[in-house]
Amino acid sequence: MTYRNDPYDPKQVALLDQGALDDAVSEAEKAFAAAADLDALAAAKPLHLGDRAPVSLARREIGALPPAAKADAGKRVNRARGLIEHAFQQRRAELERERADRVLAEERVDVTLPWDRRPRGARHPLSTLTERIEDLFVGMGYEVAEGPEVELEWANFDALNIGPDNPVRGTMDTFYVDAPGLVLRTHTSPVQARTMLARKPPIYVIVPGRVYRTDELDATHTPVFHQVEGLVVDEGITMAHLRGTLDHFARVMFGPDARTRWRPHYFPFTEPSAEFDVWFPQHRDGPQWVEWGGCGMVNPRVLRACGIDPDRYSGFAFGMGIERTLMVRHGVSDMHDLVEGDVRFTRSFGMEV
Amino acid sequence: MRVGISWLREYVDLPPDASGVDVEAALIGLGIEVESVVDLRETVRGPLVVGVVLEIEELTGFKKAIRFCRVDVRSANGTGEPQEVVCGATNFTVGDTVVVILPGGVLPGGVEVGSRRTYGHNSNGMICSERELGLGDDHTGIIVLPPSTGARPGDDARPVIGLDDVVLELEITPDRGYAMSVRGIARELSHAFGVPFRDPGLGAAPGATAEPAYPVTVEDTVGCDRFAGRVVRGIDPIAVSPQWIRRRLTVAGIRALSLAVDITNYLMLELGQPMHAFDLDRLVGPLVVRRARPGENLTTLDGVARTLDPEDMVICDDTGPISLAAVMGGQTSEVAPDTVDVLFEAAHWEPAMVGRTARRHRLFSEAAKRWERGVDPRLPLVALDRAVALLTEYGGGSDDGSVLDIDHVRPPAAVTLPADLPSRRIGVRYPPERVAETLTTVGCTVDAPDPDLFVVKPPSWRPDLVDPADLVEEVARLDGYEKVPSDLPRAPAGRGLTAEQRRRRTVGRALAENGFVEVLSYPFVAPGVSDALGLPPDDPRREAVRLANPLSEEEPLMRTSLLPPLLGTLRRNLGRGQRDLALYEIGLVFHPRPGAGVPPAMGVDDRPSDEEFAAADAVVPEQPWHLATVLAGEIEPTGWWGAGRPASWADAIESGRTAIAAVGVLGDRLDVHRAERAPWHPARCAELVVDGTVVGYAGELHPAMCAALELPRRTCAMELTLDALPLPEVVPAPAISSFPPALIDVALVVDAEVAAADVRRALVDGAGPLLESVRLFDLYAGEQVGPGRKSLAYKLTFRAPDRTLTVEEAVAARDAAVAEAASRVGAVLRGK
Repeated sequence: MTYRNDPYDPKQVALLDQGALDDAVSEAEKAFAAAADLDALAAAKPLHLGDRAPVSLARREIGALPPAAKADAGKRVNRARGLIEHAFQQRRAELERERADRVLAEERVDVTLPWDRRPRGARHPLSTLTERIEDLFVGMGYEVAEGPEVELEWANFDALNIGPDNPVRGTMDTFYVDAPGLVLRTHTSPVQARTMLARKPPIYVIVPGRVYRTDELDATHTPVFHQVEGLVVDEGITMAHLRGTLDHFARVMFGPDARTRWRPHYFPFTEPSAEFDVWFPQHRDGPQWVEWGGCGMVNPRVLRACGIDPDRYSGFAFGMGIERTLMVRHGVSDMHDLVEGDVRFTRSFGMEV
Repeated sequence: MRVGISWLREYVDLPPDASGVDVEAALIGLGIEVESVVDLRETVRGPLVVGVVLEIEELTGFKKAIRFCRVDVRSANGTGEPQEVVCGATNFTVGDTVVVILPGGVLPGGVEVGSRRTYGHNSNGMICSERELGLGDDHTGIIVLPPSTGARPGDDARPVIGLDDVVLELEITPDRGYAMSVRGIARELSHAFGVPFRDPGLGAAPGATAEPAYPVTVEDTVGCDRFAGRVVRGIDPIAVSPQWIRRRLTVAGIRALSLAVDITNYLMLELGQPMHAFDLDRLVGPLVVRRARPGENLTTLDGVARTLDPEDMVICDDTGPISLAAVMGGQTSEVAPDTVDVLFEAAHWEPAMVGRTARRHRLFSEAAKRWERGVDPRLPLVALDRAVALLTEYGGGSDDGSVLDIDHVRPPAAVTLPADLPSRRIGVRYPPERVAETLTTVGCTVDAPDPDLFVVKPPSWRPDLVDPADLVEEVARLDGYEKVPSDLPRAPAGRGLTAEQRRRRTVGRALAENGFVEVLSYPFVAPGVSDALGLPPDDPRREAVRLANPLSEEEPLMRTSLLPPLLGTLRRNLGRGQRDLALYEIGLVFHPRPGAGVPPAMGVDDRPSDEEFAAADAVVPEQPWHLATVLAGEIEPTGWWGAGRPASWADAIESGRTAIAAVGVLGDRLDVHRAERAPWHPARCAELVVDGTVVGYAGELHPAMCAALELPRRTCAMELTLDALPLPEVVPAPAISSFPPALIDVALVVDAEVAAADVRRALVDGAGPLLESVRLFDLYAGEQVGPGRKSLAYKLTFRAPDRTLTVEEAVAARDAAVAEAASRVGAVLRGK
């Protein structure tokens, strides 16, 4: 109710009084603080920030002031309004936070409940271990070579200097196919022959695979098992290279303190030959030497049968049972566990060994 | 072979303090496997002493003869008074020297001997038999020591009876025949300890006499390149072998029989020369050494009547074959309890022939094992001389003086060895002198016509030294494998895994991550499995690779499908109480190549030609990689969230989709069609088709098959040929549109028989390029659509690469899709 032409009338501008403005601010702060929830706060808002709120009315009174006083009054009203708005925002934020907290608390669930609606699967530890071995050697530059499980007698025996009279060719050890010239491969070594026929040196391959021997299944034997074999043919390859490779392999499989020990042995396809043990400090029954596999320098007769000049090239080969490696490394005491396919056994290995 | 160290010490000067463990380590280091080391001193513990029987009181009134004895053991019992012992044996008299175990002693097997009251007397200890002390099988009486031992009462009895020895059990590799003897092992030990060795095989022995010991003709000098014999006449037929021979035979695991036979076995152990003793008086006419004739028979010493093979070598007299040469003698000519005249035979047989004969007749005798590994052809006369000496010493009789020796042995060929070859192959620098030294040590003669080249003549006992590589091994072995350094070679850069190898890994992981557990089943199956699976008569899966010598006659075939063994593994798990199972297997199946014939003969002196090897390879059965899954029980278990979900045909098919997607075959390259194929349920089987080629099948198994194979009802399975899947190519990156999609749902009603995949395919083809995705979100059959009909509701997402689609464009595309579905499968929009 102020009019531009009205003469200055202190009564008409009572609300512009600083005391009145301070009161309006503290009233508003009190009211907002007293609002218990967002609804109460919303209800309190028009009284202190609405058209009829004291600060709004005070703003209207500014027009009644002489021009010289207007600027100062405007500043003071704005400041008061700002304080009230700030109080309002602060309280609203507070109350919103409280409400959000309450909602979150009400939404509490038992996170310990099981949720095995889709049970986890698992890879067979023999597969996983085979992959680890492959990866180790692939990382060193080797390639993974493979061959058939029903194999030519020539590749399984003859090419490997296992002559026709060698007892291992007997039916006591070897499964023969009811067709001439075929056996279930008794080792992964026929892949050596296939590899040397197909590639030229330098050859650096690792050969994992399934092999067969006529053993009955018991705690330590199985007629169907897995081997991994390494073959290197290159110029200047020595038995020291073989040891370096096996030592490295042993450390990766059996820990940094693992090392190998060789015992002279006989294999027709290597000469010199050795069986090797690995020192395994973490063995289930205490640190000890464990028989691991066989190795040697590729017999020049094998190189010749596969068309590689033994005067120019030499090579080494090694092989071990993956079942055996797994049994030693993981403390498996019974071969049955590895071949029966009991899901409880396999699940306990998950996806990694 | 089992041998006591005391025997070895007769020929090698082992350090006196060398223990069993030292000897074991030395032998292992030289490549002779030591299975066990038994210190006999530890088999009987406590006081085991020599006693002299002072008094015997026969106790009467018992079921068997019992004696109460007083035995002089001097002060061994602490008192010096005679030891009072009750004994059940009667083979001794007053004054005999016996072996007594005193109270506190422990017999093999842990039996502690004490003082006890028995048969009315106190018995303090025990008078021992051979068997009680673990010395042999003899339990007919107690041990009575001959005066020759010189043992005095109270002495420790162990050295007297051989219980002070250490027994080694050795495993000899097939290349080292010479090591199957005391002679060979002693030689090896002399290398290891660097001590003198006296070779019992090189002694002088009388050579052939003008008049042979017996008339013999060798018809086949390839099979038998040496045949020697000597005769001893007039032996005492009841003479038995001396204790030390019997003990050494017992340790070796050979039963003592008669003096003449024991001597042949003893010399076989000592020298490595298998021998035979004939009863001269039972031979009829001259001997002939030849191959057996077809149909000839011989009853060998083990009582088995054998039909001989024309390759077997036999020794014959006028009655026909009397001995299966080199392997086992015959019954008719064997020395018997009344034999007085003995013909010892020591021959040399072709190793390969003996091996074949031994395997053919399944006769793996001690002799055969040695022949197969190779026997020193220079031994026969030395062995015969020893045999004659032993027999005349212990059996009386006299050497008849004549010697038979038909010798066609050829000296071993010399091997040319570049002096630096051992160093180049082993990676250790062996100076030429060291190479020559080691080779000389093992018995070779080494000549060096030029300083870089050795000409090495192997000794007669080393037929295994043929190639330079064999000599390289001897150098490395004697120098010590432990001296070979460790040097990791640097391989050239490789190409990583092949696409096929990566594919198998990816598939395995994808399935495992989707809840399947991997198994690796044996690939052997029974012939009846094809019928159990309900395979049609002409199904190629009936054609299986058959094993000639299967482990079980019931399972002679190799799998043509992963399923039968995999279902067996499923059944085993079910039998162990697992109910909810999802298994997978990746493996080879085997398809014979009928009519493939015989692989060409390929030699080993040079590589086969590519054509030869390809021809051989063409005979090898086809062996593709397969993948299979099987499911039973709930795939989603019942839980606090509610009911579970049984595994169904759909999960089996989905496992195929998972695998196929995992290998990079995505989107519409995979088609799923309904199919009928054993062993699946004819109405619940799908074929998986990739790029137009069927790669596998999936669904629920036929109920009849589940019943036949004792599987739970509604067992589900999938099998596909991994090798039939295309390898992943370089995937072109898609253009991802950032414009908003237009979503339109359509519900189409079709005949119940129409395949959802066909409806979907029609929608995709009809909608054109604006269609981004199509998803079936509801399937309804019932009153609202009428009998024999079903409603399929799809959510279609349209999007353009370059603009926001207008409603009109989207609707036009939708209409085109529906129109295509209408024309292809008779679909009508629901509610119209």
